[in-house]
Amino acid sequence: MSYEMTVQTRGVRKEYVMGTVTVEALKGVDIEIKRGEYISIMGPSGSGKSTLFNMIGGLDKPTEGNVFIDEVDVAQLDAYELAWLRCRKIGYIFQTFNLIPVMTALENVTLPMVFAGLSTDEYIEKGIRLLETVGLGERVTHKPTELSGGQQQRVAIARAFANDPAIILADEPTGNLDLKTGKEIISLLKRMNSEQGVTVISATHDLKMLDVSDRIVWIRDGRIERLEDRANIKLEVGVVEGEDH
Amino acid sequence: MGEDNKSIVLESNKNASKTLIEGRVQLPFKKAVEMSYANLKIRFWRSIITSAGVMLGIAFLVSVLSSSSILNALKGGEDVVGEAQQIWIVGMSLLVCTVGITNSLLMSVTERFREIGTMKCLGALDRHIVELFLLEATFQGFIGALIGALVGLLSTMLMFMFKYGFGVVLSRLPVLELFKSVLFAVITGTVLSIAAGVYPAYHAAKMQPAEAMRTEV
Ligand SMILES: Nc1ncnc2c1ncn2[C@@H]1O[C@H](COP(=O)(O)OP(=O)(O)OP(=O)(O)O)[C@@H](O)[C@H]1O
Ligand SMILES: [Mg+2]
Repeated sequence: MSYEMTVQTRGVRKEYVMGTVTVEALKGVDIEIKRGEYISIMGPSGSGKSTLFNMIGGLDKPTEGNVFIDEVDVAQLDAYELAWLRCRKIGYIFQTFNLIPVMTALENVTLPMVFAGLSTDEYIEKGIRLLETVGLGERVTHKPTELSGGQQQRVAIARAFANDPAIILADEPTGNLDLKTGKEIISLLKRMNSEQGVTVISATHDLKMLDVSDRIVWIRDGRIERLEDRANIKLEVGVVEGEDH
Repeated sequence: MGEDNKSIVLESNKNASKTLIEGRVQLPFKKAVEMSYANLKIRFWRSIITSAGVMLGIAFLVSVLSSSSILNALKGGEDVVGEAQQIWIVGMSLLVCTVGITNSLLMSVTERFREIGTMKCLGALDRHIVELFLLEATFQGFIGALIGALVGLLSTMLMFMFKYGFGVVLSRLPVLELFKSVLFAVITGTVLSIAAGVYPAYHAAKMQPAEAMRTEV
C-alpha cells in the first residue's frame, strides 16, 4: 500500500553561481531510496553530500532535475505543502545541531509539533517521552548551551522524530562528536530505523556508519561513483581489516 | 501507527495533483506571542540594547522638536529660528534617529538568520517568521520609543526651566504641540523598528532554508 520508493532523484544538477564563477556541485544524480532503508552517502569533502542533502530535503532547489518524495515532485509543491513536508514527512539532523539557542531542550523538541497543530498537553507529553527515548529525561529544561555536543545532538534527534517522519535526513550527524558519542548517535539512529521503520539518509565520512547502513552511495565530484549494499560492505570491511592486521 | 494512516491518505490522493499533504502547518497567535515574549525576556540585555537604540534616536528627535516649540512659545510669535533652518534641523534629527533605529534592529535580526532557516526546516511558513519578528519589533520599538519620547521631553523641559525659570516655562508651555511631537515620535519609532526588524526577517524567511542557515553575519 505504501510506495516502495520513498525518495527518488532524477538528473539532479545544482550550480552555485558566485559572480563570474559557476560551481557545479551536483552533475546529474539519480538515486532511488526504498522505504525503511538506512542509506549512507559517503564521499570526500566538497563532493556534494550536503548539496544533495539539501535537495532531497526540500531545503534548496535543484538547478535542473527533479526530486520525488513518495512520488510527488517537490518542485510542484506550494509554500504550505512544502512547509508540511518539512514539518511532518522529514526530520532533519545537522552536523552543527542547529538547536534554537534561546529555547530549552523541551521547547526545541516541541516546536515542530506546535507547527503540526498538536495541543499543548499532547506536545509536552510527547516531547518528554522523546527526550526520555534519547536518554535526556533529566535535561528537559536545559538550554543548548548547558548541554554537551552529544546531548545537543540527541535533542536534535528527538526533535527530528517529533512528528513521526517517514524520512530522517542527517548531514554528518557525528561530524562534531568524539568517537564514543558518535557511536552512540549512530546506534540511536539505527535503533529508530529498525524499530519504527523510518528511512534514514545520512551524509557522512564517518566509517562507523558503514556497519549499520543497508546501502552506501559513494559520491565523488558531484556524481554517484558507485552503490553498494550491505552484503558487499561487510565483506569489504572484513577484507580491509584482514589487510590491516 | 500514525504512519499508516498518513500513507492511506497519501495513497488515496495519489492522482490528485498535489498529494503529500493532508493538513496545514500552523502557529496559533497565542503561541506566537508567548514565543516572542520569551525571546525578548531571554535575550534580555540584547533586547534592552536594541530598545535603547530606539530610545536614544527618539529622545533626540523629541528634544529637537520640543525645544523648538518651547522656544517659539517663550519668545512669543517672533520666529527665533528661521523656518528653513528648522526644517533642516528636524530633517537631520529624523535621519539620525532613522539610522540609529534601523541599525539596532537590523543587527538583532541578521544575527538570527540561521535560526530562521532552522525554523523553516521544522515547518514554519514565511508568514510565521514574519509574525514572530513583527511582534518582537513592535514591542521593542514601542517601549523604546515611548521611553525615549518621555526622556527627550522631560530633559528638554528641565533644560529650559533652569535657563528661564520654572514658572515662566510652565505657564507658556505649548502643551498641544508637545503632545503632538511625542505622538509623532512614538509612531515614527515604532514604525521604523517594525520596518527595520521585519524586512530582514522577511528577506531571510523567503530564502531557501539551506541558504538562510549558511548565512553567517
Ligand atoms: N552556497 C554555496 N555557494 C557556492 N558554492 C557552494 C555552496 N555550497 C556548496 N558549494 C560548493 O559545492 C561543492 C559541494 O559542496 P558540499 O557542501 O555539498 O560538499 P560536501 O560533500 O558536503 O563536503 P563536506 O564533506 O566538506 O561537508 C563544493 O565545491 C562547494 O565549494
Ligand atoms: Mg557537507
